Amino acid sequence: MNKTFYLLFLFVFLVLLQAVLLNNIAFLGHINPYLYIAFVILFPLKEKRYLFLFLAFLLGFCVDIFSDSGGIHAFATLFIAYIRLFFIRLFFRKTTSEYVLFRIHQEPFGKVFNYVTSLVVIHHFLLFSLEHFSFSHIDMVLHNTFFSSIFTVSLYFMGTFIFRTKTT
Amino acid sequence: MQQFRFFIQKYNYFIFFLLLEFLAIIATINNHRFHKSKVVNSVNSLTGAIFTKTNSLADFLSLQSQNEVLSTENTRLKNNIEALKAQKGDTNIPNNAAVTYVYAEAKVIKNSYLKPYNYLTLNKGTTHGIVKEMAVVNSKGLLGITDDSSQKYSRVQSVLNRNSQINVRLKNSFHYGSLSWDGKNYRIVQLTDIPRQAVIHVGDTVMTGGRSTIFPEGILVGTVEKTPTNANTTNTTFSIRLFNDMSNVGHVYVITNLDATEIKVLENNNHE
Repeated sequence: MNKTFYLLFLFVFLVLLQAVLLNNIAFLGHINPYLYIAFVILFPLKEKRYLFLFLAFLLGFCVDIFSDSGGIHAFATLFIAYIRLFFIRLFFRKTTSEYVLFRIHQEPFGKVFNYVTSLVVIHHFLLFSLEHFSFSHIDMVLHNTFFSSIFTVSLYFMGTFIFRTKTT
Repeated sequence: MQQFRFFIQKYNYFIFFLLLEFLAIIATINNHRFHKSKVVNSVNSLTGAIFTKTNSLADFLSLQSQNEVLSTENTRLKNNIEALKAQKGDTNIPNNAAVTYVYAEAKVIKNSYLKPYNYLTLNKGTTHGIVKEMAVVNSKGLLGITDDSSQKYSRVQSVLNRNSQINVRLKNSFHYGSLSWDGKNYRIVQLTDIPRQAVIHVGDTVMTGGRSTIFPEGILVGTVEKTPTNANTTNTTFSIRLFNDMSNVGHVYVITNLDATEIKVLENNNHE
């Protein structure tokens, strides 16, 4: 029950943080972080995935409603939620029986970094491609993906660092 | 049948995933169409209320600059009134003169200017008489066109939107063109479809043309910043620097064209 409340709080908190604060940062004139996908990274691994996939879709859609962007956040977030298992198998070498015991905080930093960066880059690339909706703007898509990814990844690790020092 | 059931069981997550992705794509495509029937956006009461709350906080920080903008505008309008009075030789201007355009004030509670398709949200809606396809301007010039409204809020398609097409003309000649945006710089928009014989210099003022039912004529847009390098090519795109700083908009005016329905009916009759 406690866990459910924590996840619900995280969901609402991340959506509001994105809508109210992070969408308006415009670092160096045009770079915004998309930290809300931390939800996809932090959601516990389970055998049944329907709830997780649906929540990822809903999370993206909530951000879409706030930023008037149709369904692009929903698409990108659902995509990384679906391929998350593939990266967990690739970087952490976990099997299905080990999912229950998996805690991302207890894994070595290097592996976690690779995992988070892969998900963030894929998410941002899909997001900006759909946002521009044409192949002629591929330079802007790559440029935005690169800088926003750096911003999001650094914010994610700063956030988890602060969070962890508080609890211990 | 057995195999079909087996297939569903094996790929159940993938099918669920595809279904949701399909929904997301439909929502995206719907959002790109101007005349859509139904779309979920920031105009609903929940997001509107959240943006109003956070905006009231941000408002406080920009009070001084907003005040200066409004008082500059007031001074200019007072001077215009005096000039008109002097011209008419009559000191009282009738309150109920036959006007075509009515201005209503509103406030931007959500702004965006970094994306290729930008929208603003206003704190007024259908209860205040704001519906689709009305002009939105502020004291410095053009901002956009309303494209959806709920009871209390409405959404504006910013001039910084790749779908935006606005009829404009030069201030010093009667050559018309259309204004669009390439999505790169939020201070620069593009002017196209200008007749080739038009003589345009850097620094010329561009304003709305009044050929649509939405904008009255003479709303300021910006100045010509760059002319095409080779005038003989088919590429005749001029860069226009907006008067408005789109990253900092607060109080705006929504313009209602009282003759809009009449003109629309007339145009539709001609098509038949």
